[in-house]
Amino acid sequence: MSEQDTKLSSRAEDFLALFNKGAEFTRELLRENERLRKQLASVTDRQESAARNPADWEKLRRELMARIASLEEECTTVRERLDQVELENSQFAQRYVEVEEENNNLANLYVSSYQLHSTLDLDEVVKIILEIVINLIGAEVFAVYLLEGEDSKLVPVAAEGRELSDFPATTLGNGVLGKAVAAQESTCWDTERSEDLAQPIVCVPLVVQNRPIGAIAVYSLLTQKDGFSALDHELFNMLGGHAATAIFAAKLYSQSERKLNTIQGFIDLLTK
Amino acid sequence: MGHRILIVEDSPTMRQLLVFALRRLKDVEIVEAQDGMDGLRKISSDHFDIALVDINMPVMDGLKLISLIRGDESLKQIPIVVITTEGASEDRDRALKLGANEYLSKPIQSNQVLSVVKGLLKAE
Repeated sequence: MSEQDTKLSSRAEDFLALFNKGAEFTRELLRENERLRKQLASVTDRQESAARNPADWEKLRRELMARIASLEEECTTVRERLDQVELENSQFAQRYVEVEEENNNLANLYVSSYQLHSTLDLDEVVKIILEIVINLIGAEVFAVYLLEGEDSKLVPVAAEGRELSDFPATTLGNGVLGKAVAAQESTCWDTERSEDLAQPIVCVPLVVQNRPIGAIAVYSLLTQKDGFSALDHELFNMLGGHAATAIFAAKLYSQSERKLNTIQGFIDLLTK
Repeated sequence: MGHRILIVEDSPTMRQLLVFALRRLKDVEIVEAQDGMDGLRKISSDHFDIALVDINMPVMDGLKLISLIRGDESLKQIPIVVITTEGASEDRDRALKLGANEYLSKPIQSNQVLSVVKGLLKAE
């Protein structure tokens, strides 16, 4: 057999295979056509039968009405569930805002107390109190007072917004500040500014173990701040306790350092 | 790749509060500078995606730092957020005129800082 004959035979076989596939596909189409024709005939038959028999129509109508009622009920249930989910969603959103606010407040309180107790140097502690009152509360004019001497005098030791010498010293139980410190109760007036340095808008007594050691007096807030928030009151409470403890600890440390140096000097003198 | 944030603020309390807030962002590295000069040194020697700058600082104030950053070809693209106690509109205008992208007045809320920083990092 020549090479040309072999090629011709191979092509003929390919063609035959293709033809067979086509034939099989045609048969499949015919079968499907027959199946659909039967299905159509059955549907037509059912419809004609229903049309001939009014009882069948009534039955069909009742079934459809029941289906509509069931779907409407389902729709109402789904709508109610949707409303419920929307309500839950809005409650979650509200809760999220509250948690965010709480988180922010806790961060402020944590950072403040952490900073207050990060040093035993009195000047540093007072500087940190100033930072907290400026940066976290947003006060413009304020002063930190410490109780000094036998006559329980409240003396300003640090201030912002005005010269330190502008702030009047006072005594325990006298004036707005003195009375607040004596009563060991924070006072806050619902105003944003006081030009009178004897009349602070906020007095925060600094108290350690029921013993007042000083106070923070705020006279005005920064221009962008309108009133006090819940966080500000939390910060005032925190300062009343933690700032007082920090000042007390720093004072004790400084006294003990001084005493230690004196004793050391005395020992050195004796041993030389 | 994470973002690098520079905080230029002289108050340790504010710095800690900002670090606290910004740590909530995923994959960020936060570097602190205690005044404008320290901030300039750090921003010039390393890559940062955003800088948070206080205005009132010793050694070099925030406005001077912003003008130096905006005048430097290699740094001028860095977004800057100004954080300060100054609430008056003229201070805000001065900072924005010098090239600050955003302005936040103290006392600030951590979610406020987060939203501004996120917005600028996305826009980068």
